[in-house]
Amino acid sequence: MTSRSETWVLPGGGPRPEPTGLDAPFWAALGEHRLVVQRCSACQAWRFGPEHLCPDCRSFDYSWEEVPPVGVVYSWERVWHPAQPALSTAVPYVVLLVEIPAAGGVRMLGNLVGDPLADVVIGQPVTGVFEDHDSYTLLQWERA
Amino acid sequence: MNPGHTRTLRGRAAVVGIGETEYLRHGQASEPEFVLALRAILTACRDAGIDPGRIDGFTSYSNDRNLPSRLASAIGVDELRYSSMVWGGGGGGVGGAVSNAAMAIATGMADCVVAFRALAQGQFGRFGQVRAGSVGVTDEAAFTLPYGLGSPAQQYAMRFQRWVHDHQGRGLAAQRAVALASYHHAQTNPRAVMNGRPLTGEAYDASRWIVEPWRLYDCCQENDGAAAMILVPAEAAPDMSDAPVFVLGAAQGSDGRFIAPVHNAPRYATANFSTVAPRMWAMAGIGPRDVDCVQSYENFTGGVVMSLVEHGFASAEEVDDMLAFERLIAPGGALPLNTSGGNLAEAYMHGFGLHNEAIRQLRGSSCNQIPGAKVVAVTGGPMVGYVSDVVYGSEDTL
Repeated sequence: MTSRSETWVLPGGGPRPEPTGLDAPFWAALGEHRLVVQRCSACQAWRFGPEHLCPDCRSFDYSWEEVPPVGVVYSWERVWHPAQPALSTAVPYVVLLVEIPAAGGVRMLGNLVGDPLADVVIGQPVTGVFEDHDSYTLLQWERA
Repeated sequence: MNPGHTRTLRGRAAVVGIGETEYLRHGQASEPEFVLALRAILTACRDAGIDPGRIDGFTSYSNDRNLPSRLASAIGVDELRYSSMVWGGGGGGVGGAVSNAAMAIATGMADCVVAFRALAQGQFGRFGQVRAGSVGVTDEAAFTLPYGLGSPAQQYAMRFQRWVHDHQGRGLAAQRAVALASYHHAQTNPRAVMNGRPLTGEAYDASRWIVEPWRLYDCCQENDGAAAMILVPAEAAPDMSDAPVFVLGAAQGSDGRFIAPVHNAPRYATANFSTVAPRMWAMAGIGPRDVDCVQSYENFTGGVVMSLVEHGFASAEEVDDMLAFERLIAPGGALPLNTSGGNLAEAYMHGFGLHNEAIRQLRGSSCNQIPGAKVVAVTGGPMVGYVSDVVYGSEDTL
C-alpha cells in the first residue's frame, strides 16, 4: 500500500496511540475497520473511554460490542494555534466530540474530514472514517 | 454540642500576611523556582510582621515542586508540624491550599501556615505546549493527542462551546468583557505584567484565534514568579494585623465524574462548580449578593463565564447583560471582577495572585479599590478535574 498521508486529516509524525491491556481490543478493532465499545457485563451500561470498573454498578466484568460508526456532533473546536510541533503546518483543523446513540450516547473524539473552514453544527449527523496509519488506525468523522 | 456549629471553617483562621516576587513573562526569571518560593514566603512574613522561623506548616497545589521539608530547612523554621498538597495540575487547587491551611489551624495541627505557589517555566517548561513528538502515548492521551487535542485550551474549549450552544449563543459577549476587564484593571497595577499594555475591544476582536471559540486574549498568560499567604488562628490575628482578613467559607472538589475519560462527563458543559459553589456559600452563611467583588480564575475566559453563573453571580439567560464590561469594572461596577488584572493581565501564578488581591481589597490597599469592601469571593480552576473556592471577609463580617 502506498502512503495514505494525503488522505489523513492531520500529518503523521506526532504522538501515536499505544494500546494498553485495557484498551487494546478497541485499537485492534479499529485496525479491522470495526468500532467496538466497552459494555458492562453485569448492568449492560455502555462506557467510553475504557474503564476497569463500571461506575454504575461497580462490576469489573465487561465485554466489547460492535456498533455502527455513526454519531452526532456533541461539541467541536477549530484549532488555529498548533500546540504540537508535528502539527505546525496542519492548522486549522477541527476536533469533534461525537455522541454515539447506538452505544448509550458515549462520546468519542476525532477530526472532521473535509474542509476545516466549513460550518460545524452541534447535532449534525456524522459517519466514521477509518484512517489507517502504519501501525495503528484512527477513527475520523465526515458529515453524513 | 452542636456538630453543625463546630464543623465549619467560618471565622476560624485569618490571613495576616501576603507577598509575591516580581511577576515576569515565562522564562524570564533569573533565579531558580525554589528561590522565588523563598522570596515570596519571606515577603509575606515581613508583611505579617513575623519571624519566618515561626512558620510551622506549608500548603500548596498543582504538584508544586518545592517540598515543604526542603523549604522548612532552607528557611530554618523552629519546627514543621503540617504540610499538604492538593493533587492535580492547573490552578484548581488554589483555594484548596488556603482552606487546607485554615483547616490545619482550626484543628490545632499548626499555628502559622504558609500557602504558596512558585512557577519558573523557563526552568521547567511551559504548560501551553505539547512536547510529545513521534512517541507512543497511552490511556487518555492515546484518545486525544493523535487527534491534535492536547494543550489546556484545546482540552477545555469544547466544554464552553457546548455551553454556548445550550444557551442559544449566549456567553461570547460575556467572555469578551471578562478579557477587557482584566486588562483594564491591570493598567493601574504596577505588579501586572500587562501594565502599560491596554487592550481595546477592537484589538480583542482582531486578535488571532487560538482555538475557537477562544482568541489570544481569552487565554491566560504563562509567567515566572511566586506568591504566598500567611494564615494564623483567628484569635491571634487582631494582635498581628491592623486589618486581618478571615476565611468565611471554603469548598473544594468536583462533580462526581467530571473527568470521566475522553470527555464523557455526564455534566460536560460546566466549569465544575455546580456542587462546590453551594457548599462554599452554605459554610459562609452568605450568598453572591453579599460579595463586594469577585476574583475568578481565568485559564480561559469562557470558563470564567460558566464559573460566575455557577456561583450565582449571573443567570445564563442574562449572562451577556449581567457580565457587561461596565458592570465588571472597579470601583463602580455592580460586580467588579479580577481587580488586579488576574491571570490574564497581572500574572499567571495559577490563581494565587487572585487570592492576594482579595486580601488587598479587604485591607483597602488594592490598586482598584472598592470603597469599604467587606466580602470577596475567589474561585479557582474552572473546567479542571478538581476546583476550589474561598470567600474572605473583614473583621466586621464575623
